Amino acid sequence: MARIKIPRKSTAIDMTAMCDVAFLLLTFFILTAKLRQDDPLRVDVPGSSIKVNVPDVDMATILVGHGKVFFGVEGTDIRKSLLEEMGKKYNIPFSQEEIQKFSVIPTFGVPMNVLKQYINLSADEKKKYAQPGIQIDTTTNSELFNWIYQARIVTKNLHNKELRFAIKGDSHELYPEISHVIDVLQKQAVNKFSLITALNQGK
Amino acid sequence: MAELDTSGGGGKKGGKVRSKKASTRIDLTAMVDLAFLLITFFIMATTLAKPKAMDTYWPDKTKKDVQLPVPESRTMTVLLGNNHSIEWYVGPPGKSAPTVDHFTKTGIRKSLIDKSKEIEATHAGPDNYMIVLIKVSDKATYKDFVNIFDEISITGIKSYAVVAITPPEVELLKKDGNY
Repeated sequence: MARIKIPRKSTAIDMTAMCDVAFLLLTFFILTAKLRQDDPLRVDVPGSSIKVNVPDVDMATILVGHGKVFFGVEGTDIRKSLLEEMGKKYNIPFSQEEIQKFSVIPTFGVPMNVLKQYINLSADEKKKYAQPGIQIDTTTNSELFNWIYQARIVTKNLHNKELRFAIKGDSHELYPEISHVIDVLQKQAVNKFSLITALNQGK
Repeated sequence: MAELDTSGGGGKKGGKVRSKKASTRIDLTAMVDLAFLLITFFIMATTLAKPKAMDTYWPDKTKKDVQLPVPESRTMTVLLGNNHSIEWYVGPPGKSAPTVDHFTKTGIRKSLIDKSKEIEATHAGPDNYMIVLIKVSDKATYKDFVNIFDEISITGIKSYAVVAITPPEVELLKKDGNY
């Protein structure tokens, strides 16, 4: 009598479905991804119950923390023409290469007179460089005022849209510092702007 | 992970020698590994919790003639002091002593809702809503500022404005040790 042989099953699993799922997810993440950009200053954003997301285009962010003010605007095309305009205003000629380099800096906080040196630093050096913040005062000719003003003009020219503003402040920042920034905005009749908050559902 | 050949000895019975058909199955393990690696990278690198934007509207300071007189009996003045303290009073300044409050559900939020209802009940319509004046002292932090805006949006206050704080109001805060 011959023994019945049970055929040994293969240990290999059919990976096709798993592979499909993995690539589906991968595609989803690649398409929705917006790479995390580190701010030059770590700020602790206060929480709120607001659920409206910050828009991605035609947006300028004013970062306030530890007594320093930083400025950033979305869109490489806007940054390019913004630097050109600011160069004209302060009589600092920027080369095409510098404009290109500036267009990939999301947020910065250096005064105009050292901006050229800052742009020409390497990525590593930029990280180590302690940015002193943008000069701000109550006159209508402070550097922050001009950055905001030129950014609005450039956005209007390039995209035919009003630039929106958001203030990203540190929780522990005292109010006068924030109040200065609001004054600068209000001086040029920007009376609508957002405060950036994190979602806080525990409240 | 090699695949075991379990097809058995098929061609033992002699006859023609047939060339074995190669399996069309490919080992996908490495591909799946790679895909998951990339997924992990993209999950880590993307911002999942997007920041939220709280829209605020401010009075136009460039035009001087647009300021409307505010009926004092319908105003509630909220003063922000140090250490996240709040004081508020209804009506003209100096008439009633301010109430010391705090940022909680039963604190300022309840006060805003109660006072708003009270004012709506005691005033004739259609303009009988409460007006909140926010006065932020120099000792208040940005967090308090955001919090009071948040409370206003939660309680659905229709009319609010941020007004510069005056010395008598700073004195009120000082008296309660909140400045």
